[in-house]
Amino acid sequence: MTRVQVLPFGDRALLVEVDDLAAVAAVRAALEHRPLPGQQELVPGARTVLVLLDRPPGDVDVAALRRLRTVAAAEQEPGPLVEVPVVFDGPDLPDVAALTGRPPSVLVDELAGLELSVAFGGFAPGFAYLTGLPGHLQVPRRATPRTRVPAGAVGLAGPFAGIYPTASPGGWQLVGRTDAVLFDVDREPPALLRPGARVRFLPC
Amino acid sequence: MLTVLAPGPRATVQDRGRPGWAAIGVPRSGAADRAAHDLANRLVGNRPEAATVEVTAGGLRVRAERTLLLAVTGAPAPIDLAGRPAAANAPLTLPAGAVLTLGVPPRGLRSYLAVRGGVDVPPVLGSRSTDSLSGLGPAPLAAGDRLGVGSLAGEEPVVDVAAVAPVPERPVLRVLPGPRRDWLAPAAWAALTGQEWQVSADSDRIGLRLTGPRLERARTGELPSEGLVAGAIQVPPDGGPVLFLADHPVTGGYPVLAVVVTADLGLAAQLRPGDVVRFRAA
Repeated sequence: MTRVQVLPFGDRALLVEVDDLAAVAAVRAALEHRPLPGQQELVPGARTVLVLLDRPPGDVDVAALRRLRTVAAAEQEPGPLVEVPVVFDGPDLPDVAALTGRPPSVLVDELAGLELSVAFGGFAPGFAYLTGLPGHLQVPRRATPRTRVPAGAVGLAGPFAGIYPTASPGGWQLVGRTDAVLFDVDREPPALLRPGARVRFLPC
Repeated sequence: MLTVLAPGPRATVQDRGRPGWAAIGVPRSGAADRAAHDLANRLVGNRPEAATVEVTAGGLRVRAERTLLLAVTGAPAPIDLAGRPAAANAPLTLPAGAVLTLGVPPRGLRSYLAVRGGVDVPPVLGSRSTDSLSGLGPAPLAAGDRLGVGSLAGEEPVVDVAAVAPVPERPVLRVLPGPRRDWLAPAAWAALTGQEWQVSADSDRIGLRLTGPRLERARTGELPSEGLVAGAIQVPPDGGPVLFLADHPVTGGYPVLAVVVTADLGLAAQLRPGDVVRFRAA
């Protein structure tokens, strides 16, 4: 295990920061296997695992997290392939094309040719952070988030692609939209895209 | 059974929320002023998991279809019980067919109406809360809605009236340093804890947008998305901080400068647009 930093996050949580997504998965596995006293929930992110407690954290917790012996990531079976139909007509498509230095049609072809994978959830129920964007297709978030992004909008932000499962505020660059139902509480499991799944955008 | 005659500006069903689903992106949600919600349940002898009605800026009118034991807590909305003024933070009996009306609270924003047995709507992922961000849970209340009364009553209530500190005229929220204080200029913490902030109009159960001095970044670049808690004060690139409340997203991509202590989250939830608030180091 490489670098582990423990950052303060108020009086009911600590934030564990590591170097990459593999280390995030390892920290999460270790804390699921051997939880801190009073541990309520783990929220993985891109470089972090937020550890929620039912009590104020102390120095003992910080020391325990720094010493964490992480479970070695086992060789994983490739996850299920989920094909998502996408209409590439997002309001930020021209901006993203300009930022990445290619015509919109070429950008769309490249996005449709990718195999992405679900790294972690968050932001909204059923929202999945999709990794696998090559460096030349990575663009920053919008400087001012939109107050409303419609359900099904397909966006890019930094190293991730994602699909908004429901209408919500959001700062991602919108390149397309889908009719796929990302989240349904009456479906088991509720989320279409779950950690480990592989994802392709089918242009339509 | 309780019939909604008028919901006021916004009224929703709330309980203690949906902990445990963050990994698939489900916010915790639940009562924004948890202490006021819990007190309302205690006053009518409900179990802690019972749901109440969270009333925003008063205006709620409900009619009892059978005699009910109720309590109103939180923002001090004037209470009209079957035509007579009634006390907040105390158990009240609303006779069958009579109407309870909440006026506009002179201070504070969110009042809680508990009914003995709990408000019974179908739970979603284990909670009856309306989550304004995710859309989970029942729709906000509308005139004509009929709310069932559940079976989450515990022992008979023993408290006649609870002493509750009023919503202060000059609210001060205690803050601890957040995980990304070093992403902001050193002056940002001093500005947060030394200046006055005004709650802007586009504030809701997701968070309070605050206007005041612009908080400058010390670092450029983008922060990878990371988990959030209620009380986190996040600073987007435009420099205007957002204080997250109950319906906050599970993760966010802007640096968190500070975190309001848990004991002060209820007070944060009582701030309304235009209110001035200060922060001080805990």
